[in-house]
Amino acid sequence: MAENVLKLIGIDSYIYLTILLFSVGILGVLFRRSMIVLLMSIEIMLNAVNLLLVVFSVYHQDSAGQVFVFFSMAVAAAEVAVGLSILVSIFRNAGSIDFATLRNLKG
Amino acid sequence: METSLVLILILSPFIGFLYNLFAGKKTREASGVIATLAVTVSFVISVYLFQQVYVSKTPIVVHLFDWISLERFTIGLDFLLDQLSLLWLLFVTGIGALIHLYSIGYMHDDEDKDRFFAYLNLFVGFMMMLVMGGNLLVTFIGWEGVGLCSYLLIGFWYKNQDYNDAAKKAFIMNRIGDLGFLIGMFTLAYIFGTLDYAHLKADFSLAPLTSPTVFAGLTLAGVCLFIGATGKSAQLPLYTWLPDAMAGPTPVSALIHAATMVTGGIFLVTRMGFLYNVIPDVQLLIAIVGAATALFAATIGLMQTDIKKVLAYSTVSQLGLMFLALGVGAYSAAVFHVVTHAFFKACLFLGAGSVIHGLGGNQDIRKMGGVKSVMFVTFVTFFIATLAISGIFPFAGFFSKDEILLSTFEHNKLLWAIGSLASIMTAFYMFRALFLTFFGKFRGTEQEKHHMHESPKTMTIPLIVLAILSTLGGLLGIPGYSWISEYLAPVLPGAPAEAHHLGALEYTLMGVALLGAIVGIAIAYFLYISKKNIPSADEEKEGFGKIIYNKFYVDELYNALIVKPVYALSSLFANVFEKVIAYIVDGVGSLTGYISTQARLIQDGSVGTYLVAFVVGLCAILTYLFIL
Amino acid sequence: MITVIFYILSAITLGAALLTVLSRNPIHSAIYMIVCFFSIAGHYMLLNAQFLAVVHVIVYTGSVMILLLFTLMLLNLKEKHEPHKAIISKITAVLASCLMAFVLFAAFMKAHPVIEQYKETGVDFQSVKVLGNVLFTDYLVPFEFASVLLLLAMIGVVMISKKDLKQDVD
Repeated sequence: MAENVLKLIGIDSYIYLTILLFSVGILGVLFRRSMIVLLMSIEIMLNAVNLLLVVFSVYHQDSAGQVFVFFSMAVAAAEVAVGLSILVSIFRNAGSIDFATLRNLKG
Repeated sequence: METSLVLILILSPFIGFLYNLFAGKKTREASGVIATLAVTVSFVISVYLFQQVYVSKTPIVVHLFDWISLERFTIGLDFLLDQLSLLWLLFVTGIGALIHLYSIGYMHDDEDKDRFFAYLNLFVGFMMMLVMGGNLLVTFIGWEGVGLCSYLLIGFWYKNQDYNDAAKKAFIMNRIGDLGFLIGMFTLAYIFGTLDYAHLKADFSLAPLTSPTVFAGLTLAGVCLFIGATGKSAQLPLYTWLPDAMAGPTPVSALIHAATMVTGGIFLVTRMGFLYNVIPDVQLLIAIVGAATALFAATIGLMQTDIKKVLAYSTVSQLGLMFLALGVGAYSAAVFHVVTHAFFKACLFLGAGSVIHGLGGNQDIRKMGGVKSVMFVTFVTFFIATLAISGIFPFAGFFSKDEILLSTFEHNKLLWAIGSLASIMTAFYMFRALFLTFFGKFRGTEQEKHHMHESPKTMTIPLIVLAILSTLGGLLGIPGYSWISEYLAPVLPGAPAEAHHLGALEYTLMGVALLGAIVGIAIAYFLYISKKNIPSADEEKEGFGKIIYNKFYVDELYNALIVKPVYALSSLFANVFEKVIAYIVDGVGSLTGYISTQARLIQDGSVGTYLVAFVVGLCAILTYLFIL
Repeated sequence: MITVIFYILSAITLGAALLTVLSRNPIHSAIYMIVCFFSIAGHYMLLNAQFLAVVHVIVYTGSVMILLLFTLMLLNLKEKHEPHKAIISKITAVLASCLMAFVLFAAFMKAHPVIEQYKETGVDFQSVKVLGNVLFTDYLVPFEFASVLLLLAMIGVVMISKKDLKQDVD
């Protein structure tokens, strides 16, 4: 394989890809009312950012970016676990995970 | 050793105060005893320190700590115990202890006596601080403290609205004087950069003080401090609070409003004597104010029918005499009169208190009479004190008053005449009160007649002691050899006043004074014993008598000139300005409330809306940061 | 060749992500998300970041996905649980996400990146060996903290999911 893949593909293609992926994540957050899909969309956005980090790591020929991705994956795992357990207890209490029905924040 | 002694001296009454304040309710019977003990401890220490200083002739200076420390201006919490302050300490604690003892009997039936004794102790503590202060600011602490205690004690029976008003009047009048004190203090601090008595005195002897600005500043300071003194010592024009202050319990009148606190002004002027000696114009002002007050108050005293009011006006008059002495530079004579006055005036007030106590609260001399037979001890002591205040040889008042009049005669004949006239009037109205109270037939109700009894031992013992002191007090300053002026010489300004050479002139003046007093007494005797006159009821007064009886309408004048306009102004503020301000403030409040009510509808609790807002906001921030 | 692979992978990524977002059934969403993540792992492989590719597969498809599916099972969610959103809010959502994409594009364009030179140091920086070395030397402390974080998350999850004993008594 080539020494540097980016030379062939071009870093801007990757940037466009991640921007689109991120926007799809945002669309999911805004479009759906189910909290579990909300969590998935957040994961997608997170992965878009991770991918961009790796791309820049390769571009700069530096391992720091990949280490960051590693840590962000650890944080994401923790986040998903906690988020899901909160979701379960919300479901237990409210009988629904549709955040349109949860209006306790109303001032 | 000395530091701790001084600390015990000053803290003892404060400890008594705290004890009575917090534990007095539980040990009600003991409160008086403890308060008396606290003051007695101070008295004993005062005697010890007095003896120390008397022998060594060097003042005791105690520096506790630096209180206010600025770059070039330091004020410490200092105490200065020199001859002057020790003399004051002696009679403040001595008479204070006697009056505490007396109060045990007098206040026996009062349900708040623990509070009474707490205030009384607090007063003694502050009074000691006033006289022991090593600089003007420490003196000012005591000055304010005694004013506070005076207020608390005048309004001691706070359920009576008149008494509360009297207390407020005293407090406000004092406040006017205190403003003068403060301005004087600031001026001195500005000129000399210190408030320490010792430093000020040293600066005065060094600096030439000829520069007109400095002289003007000194004059301002002198006048302002004197205004402070007129407030505290009830001189014209700030005297009206003192007669009203008689609303307090009689021991309070005796201790605070006759013997000690009101002499604070004399003390201040004496302390600052080195200042007044370089500004003769202000001295003349002091003398004139003093003489005018003496005559004015004595005139009012002629017609009063309340026994305590008579004594109050005589106090104002006597204080006027003292200021007259200060004004002519006879500091030791003034101090001498302060001491003797403390003795006989305390005795008079306590005697009056004893009569009032025996008659169950009646203070009107028109409804007394013939008390002599029942209350013999009271009568004898009251009689002695009356002789003393009238200036009859050989009682204490004779020597001190004579000293003042003698010094005045050397300076200004007119002032001497006024002072003498005031003395004659004093003799008249004091004997008038005496005759009406103790002689003749009893004019009160039958019930009061049965109730009439001699006071208990705790009340008569202080009377006897004070009567003895009123008799012998004159020995402190016999003309020709005045112990007191010799004793005070180190602390008084200028060359030590040489004892008056007893020539023909001096003897003549003494004779005149004595004769005047006797004439006054004779008139009183003629009017109230021989002709058995009784002052008429309030409505029947006519002409000049009515004006005097109504105290020259000074209170009404002050009311019309000051109180009413202030009320009008405050009602203007309350009705107009405050309403406008209230509308503005309320308007702002309701506007905010309205906006909030509308704005909270945005917060509908829907997470979806929040998320959209969040994304749009993020876009805006990104646009601002990276695109624009 | 590689460019072709990239475009295929990108298409899979974006398509799967869109399907994830738009599927009615949450289980379908989860499945599409697995596909999406696998394609991202493919991107990693393409970029020669083998270590991350493996970790990504393990973490996302191994643990996160299992968690999601278990939760879905636990909650027994069906389509009817999610009522239709109002059409206006759907339009708003689409507009907002398009706005976001537009802003990001614009920002990228504005930056005028200089991407002509690609470095070719030839130094190995992303093999498992090198990354392991870096992780256990330069990033040792954050690494340990990451483990503490995961432990805490585990404890927290247990605490949150535990049934409230008090309520049961009532």
